Amino acid sequence: MNLDKAFGIHATAVALRSQRAELLASNLANADTPGFKARDVDFKSVLQGASDQAVALQTTHAGHISDSRGMFSAGQLQYRQPHQASLDGNTVDTQVEQAEFTKNAMQYQASLRFLTGRISGLVSAFRGE
Amino acid sequence: MSLFRVFEISGSAMSAQTTRLNVTASNMANADSVSSSIEQTYRARHPVFQSLLNAESLISNGESAGVQVAGIVESQAPLQMQYRPEHPMANEEGNIFLPNVNIVEEMANMISASRSYQSNVEVVNAAKQMMLRTLSLGQ
Repeated sequence: MNLDKAFGIHATAVALRSQRAELLASNLANADTPGFKARDVDFKSVLQGASDQAVALQTTHAGHISDSRGMFSAGQLQYRQPHQASLDGNTVDTQVEQAEFTKNAMQYQASLRFLTGRISGLVSAFRGE
Repeated sequence: MSLFRVFEISGSAMSAQTTRLNVTASNMANADSVSSSIEQTYRARHPVFQSLLNAESLISNGESAGVQVAGIVESQAPLQMQYRPEHPMANEEGNIFLPNVNIVEEMANMISASRSYQSNVEVVNAAKQMMLRTLSLGQ
């Protein structure tokens, strides 16, 4: 049995959730920056993309682009549609971002719970008690 | 790791909002600083925010950005001139100049800055909780 597979999709989900937390934090940080456009990712498609990459790319040279498993790239970012456009070109809606951030944090912790469950399951299997 | 960057990003925003609060405090403190010439009169100041993309984030982390204060600009709104010959600061014609600080605008600015600061503090707290939970994974 492969240990990577034992954790299933949750390991990837945790990595993506923490990256999305960073993105949402950056939206909130720029809530008062003129011209800033709020961005987010479509989590479903990002998770699909990350878990479809079955084989890791090898990097043998410093110039090679490293394997981005468990990460989304700049190309997957989308701009958020503001509910109410502001005059200075800023599209951050603080309340929406805050709600998304909290939701993301809760889902991150849910994934952690699943991982903890898997780990304790494995540990009791190893002990064989 | 991405969660560490949250501290940097929210930290930069907190520092920018502190600058904004500082500038607002300075404007409100000087709202009644009169002077005898246009050049010497205090003008309302406002910080200009700019998002701060760093090279590291461009490559690996999907372009998340902090915020920085690009500069502080002085308001170009006209100053108030009053004819008050008895005032000790009055010039030869008996006029004094009042700053172009709009107290109501500054109060709104102050509330907005403190709310933004608070929301960044909450983000830092949430990120800290997430990291602590991750550290205790499997226990």
